[in-house]
Amino acid sequence: MKNNELITRRKILMAGLTSAGGLLLSGCAKKLPPTYGNILRMGDAFTYAAHQALLPGQSLVKEYSHKDICSFPATGTTNPCDPNKPQPNEEYAKLQKNNFADWRLSIEGLVARPGSFSLSDLKGLPARTQITRHVCEEGWSAIAEWNGVPLSRVLDAAGLLPNARFVNFYSYDDWADGIDMLDALHPQTILAYGMNGRDLSIPHGAPVRLRVERQLGYKSMKYLQRIVVNEHFDDGGNKGNIQNGWAWYVGI
Amino acid sequence: MPPTSQTNHNVHTRWVRLAHWILTLSFVTLAFTGAVILMAHPRLYWGETGNDLTPALIELPISRNYKHGGWDETVAFFQDAASPVTANRTYDIFNKNGWGRSLHFLSAWFLVAIGVIYLLAGVVTGHFLRNIVPHPSDLKASSVWQDLRDHLHMRIREATGGPQYGLLQKCSYFAVLFLLLPLIVLSGLAMSPAITAGYPILLRVFTGYQSARTIHFFAFVLLMLFLLVHVAMVVKSGFVRQMRGMTVGVRDEK
Repeated sequence: MKNNELITRRKILMAGLTSAGGLLLSGCAKKLPPTYGNILRMGDAFTYAAHQALLPGQSLVKEYSHKDICSFPATGTTNPCDPNKPQPNEEYAKLQKNNFADWRLSIEGLVARPGSFSLSDLKGLPARTQITRHVCEEGWSAIAEWNGVPLSRVLDAAGLLPNARFVNFYSYDDWADGIDMLDALHPQTILAYGMNGRDLSIPHGAPVRLRVERQLGYKSMKYLQRIVVNEHFDDGGNKGNIQNGWAWYVGI
Repeated sequence: MPPTSQTNHNVHTRWVRLAHWILTLSFVTLAFTGAVILMAHPRLYWGETGNDLTPALIELPISRNYKHGGWDETVAFFQDAASPVTANRTYDIFNKNGWGRSLHFLSAWFLVAIGVIYLLAGVVTGHFLRNIVPHPSDLKASSVWQDLRDHLHMRIREATGGPQYGLLQKCSYFAVLFLLLPLIVLSGLAMSPAITAGYPILLRVFTGYQSARTIHFFAFVLLMLFLLVHVAMVVKSGFVRQMRGMTVGVRDEK
């Protein structure tokens, strides 16, 4: 008798869990990043879903004053055409020689007017300056002033199509990453061309880097080359975070 | 106080045993992955910011990242002499945060979810009032001193295998459940850029991201100390009976 009761209870519990999981999957299947059956990626996806569900909408991160600006290491790629690296990017070397006058940021995918922006095109759009805290997944943090154009302005200029859901970025240091439309349209998500009152330096991502302030540093991609607007999640293949063993969503 | 019913109050209830082991497993995983994460940047700071180009509060001699010298020469951001600087890192650091962080947060979900259920159940069933919270009348200096002296002389009472706890034992469980675990969860949340955007009060409470990280570390140190003493006491007070009490939950009748 005891055994039967236990099994029934367990069955009820399992049925409840399965149906809850089913609801979650059917409700958010398109919104959640893929997990490839990896339990760590399932945890990441759960954290992402929880943040979407529980955190207040488009809240802004804290902005600091000029006196809070502090020393700021340059890590990861510090020069995409470094001759000491295995695969220096020749194209970037050419652009750099000309002080990025020939640099173009192309925007493709689900936009009404695909095309490209030069550095002066971007500087012609309304700018935003913000002094924010950069938090690296390694554990360090630094405050800097960023000057650039809100990504939403650029997406507006290109004309987002109604089914646009994700924005992917490709860089000259051979990296691919993406953000959802909530982060893409967030007022503090900018394409930064200035840092601490000067042009963005090469170690920090010249000529233009992304700033995604509600996520960790590695989402703020340096050395931008191309933007692609998608309807479905694109993990960036073997150049993206997920296939390299890193979480796609890093709001925590 | 005398147990009101022999069968119910002498043994650990099923939900307490289940919660105990789920929380133990998640805590051990959190401690391990926390150490892995700390090894990527074994420096602690106070305030909002801190990095290899700013002075540290504490530098922990763990991993090859301890005081590594791999930096290009520094470049100043501004004209003045006191200007903050930047420098390129040329050193390939130890960094296993790809799986370390994701496993940390996966385990944290278990700690938070089961922890909240445990706290609610502890209040509702009276488990906390009956077994954990020290009775004010017991908290006399003489009784605390007596229990402390007994512990220091290694006069450890034989375990009952149930929740009949001593005074210091109650105090340490109380501190872990209601002070250290909430503190380590909150200081962890204060390190999240998305959560602090929504709830900036977390940054104000801990006086900044790096302060929260430092507090998170010291809460971890205290919890590890608790774990060591806890396991030592379990062994000292009758390992077999204690383990039986916390697993199958049957009291070893003499």
